[in-house]
Amino acid sequence: METALIKYLCRFIKNKNTKTDNLILFRYSFTEWPDVKESSIEATFLQKSSRHRLMLSSLTQSAVLCVSVSSSHLLRLYERFESLDRENRGHLRKEDFQAVRELSMNPVGDRIIGSFFSPGQETVDFPSFVQVLAHFRHTENDRIRDGAQKEPANSTARRLKFVFQLYDQDRDGKISRAELLQVLREMLGMQVTEEQLQSIAERAIQEANQEANQDKDDAISFDEFRKSMEKVNIDHKMSIRFLE
Amino acid sequence: LLDLDTQALSLHTTWNSFLLSLTDWATLRIERGVNKDLDSASEFEMSDIFYFARRGVESIMDDEVTKRFSAEELESWNLLTRSNNNFTYISLRLTVLWGLGLLIRYGFLLPLRVTLAFTGVGLLVFLTSVIGLLPNGRMKNFLSEKVHLMCYRICVRALTAIITYHDSENKPKNGGICVANHTSPIDVIILASDGCYAMVGQIHGGLMGVIQRSMVKACPHVWFERSEVKDRHLVAKRLSDHVQDKSKLPILIFPEGTCINNTSVMMFKKGSFEIGATVYPVAIKYDPRFGDAFWNSSKFGMVSYLLRMMSSWAIVCSVWYLPPMSREEGEDAVQFANRVKAAIARQGGLVDLLWDGGLKREKVKDTFKEEQQKLYSKMLVGTQEDRSRS
Repeated sequence: METALIKYLCRFIKNKNTKTDNLILFRYSFTEWPDVKESSIEATFLQKSSRHRLMLSSLTQSAVLCVSVSSSHLLRLYERFESLDRENRGHLRKEDFQAVRELSMNPVGDRIIGSFFSPGQETVDFPSFVQVLAHFRHTENDRIRDGAQKEPANSTARRLKFVFQLYDQDRDGKISRAELLQVLREMLGMQVTEEQLQSIAERAIQEANQEANQDKDDAISFDEFRKSMEKVNIDHKMSIRFLE
Repeated sequence: LLDLDTQALSLHTTWNSFLLSLTDWATLRIERGVNKDLDSASEFEMSDIFYFARRGVESIMDDEVTKRFSAEELESWNLLTRSNNNFTYISLRLTVLWGLGLLIRYGFLLPLRVTLAFTGVGLLVFLTSVIGLLPNGRMKNFLSEKVHLMCYRICVRALTAIITYHDSENKPKNGGICVANHTSPIDVIILASDGCYAMVGQIHGGLMGVIQRSMVKACPHVWFERSEVKDRHLVAKRLSDHVQDKSKLPILIFPEGTCINNTSVMMFKKGSFEIGATVYPVAIKYDPRFGDAFWNSSKFGMVSYLLRMMSSWAIVCSVWYLPPMSREEGEDAVQFANRVKAAIARQGGLVDLLWDGGLKREKVKDTFKEEQQKLYSKMLVGTQEDRSRS
């Protein structure tokens, strides 16, 4: 069923002049709700009118939305995606991200870029792009959706997981001392000596181990990480107003 | 003369204070940002990375630079679908109005303007070739001036550009360099319809090439071959030769190097400021309510851009001629360029950005990353040193 829908969508999407927010919302949302009935979607597309918009919005409200982003913001993100995608490939590569000046200036810029790409993947398509950005959405205005099956991207747990993975590049579930040193080196550059770096890392690991009271190994596991973040106001630190 | 002196002095002091406040602001912003996350205890915490991560993702979503390279967002709608991103069906009356506007613009205005444009360009090519046959002398210069002005004014009508010129007493004189901010190729037509300039540019093929070659017959412009453009010394030499000849017209240069979206002025390339001639800055500001004149060269080609321009309502802009500036003692070309840029930005009500216009296509230098690292490390290591001392 999914392939039939995709084919249908592609035919529809080729009609470039219908680049409305509804289209993009649909294009995005399809990947999130594989169990939406095909017949209802076909019906909505046969009428390119305001009714089509109404039906689609009701679909969004009732169905599961992993990323709660309003359709006009989704449109803006899509335009941003298109502007980053200079050669109109339909997906982004690492070079496209690196072309963003402020990102190249950012000490952990490469890590952030890496977080968009799943392991082994060389390209990022629009749904994945939005998914990562959704981690930074403000949680204040979220309505509680009934029957939500998937946790929203900007929940605390998922946000912590995202940041944990910024540290834990080999994705083994632990931040080893070496990985921590690497991050510190990136954030501090050549401004500190090796010893200072080591001492900072040592203290961080000790603190994490103390708080968690768990195995005194030389790494920080996700649980220890989570415990050390308990007092941190994550919503404040990790929300970007743009996605309001 | 006294006026100029005091003006120059005040510019200098404002420039200095501007520089100081900029550095203060930059440091304060970063420190404040870092401080927020480090709270009272300035020690490394695992949550420090939040700050950098958020900054990074913010820049992915929208950065200061790309904002300048995409068309300005308007608050109200001027009945042009292209300037309204959220165009949806709102009411019958509005649609009818828009449809009427469409009819007028495409059915009546566009053909009229296209004919005018063709006439203007055709006349320019023809008449300048004719004048080129005359021997060099006052008659030739006089005629060429008249011809150029006439043809450019026809082109201005072709675009229905309503231009207000301010401070015409500061118009560029022979032997000087006229410097302006760049929003679209129309800038050239707008400036050239009020005064005669020597153009600088690369020789193109096709229609542009024909126009360029015929223009140079009537009065000397500075056209470069593509190979010559890379050689900066050659370019500088030719420009300075032209400038030193007082009988030749002032050179028109756009130092940003590329089209910016008319909300800001980007870094000026220092080449034209090294020559040592008097610089006449000009600020051009388009009124976006009537039609967006910005040429996004990565999105639209020249022809589609011109068609868009000709099917807008009108192009309304203001041109300010600023008093001439020269390089001062102890000022190098870059500082001089920045000073001129600040003056233009201030006059046109544009934001003065320090970033490079070439960033539209290139990457960034490593020194900026180092600065961020420096600031962050100062927060951490600085306090640790204090602690060890006490």
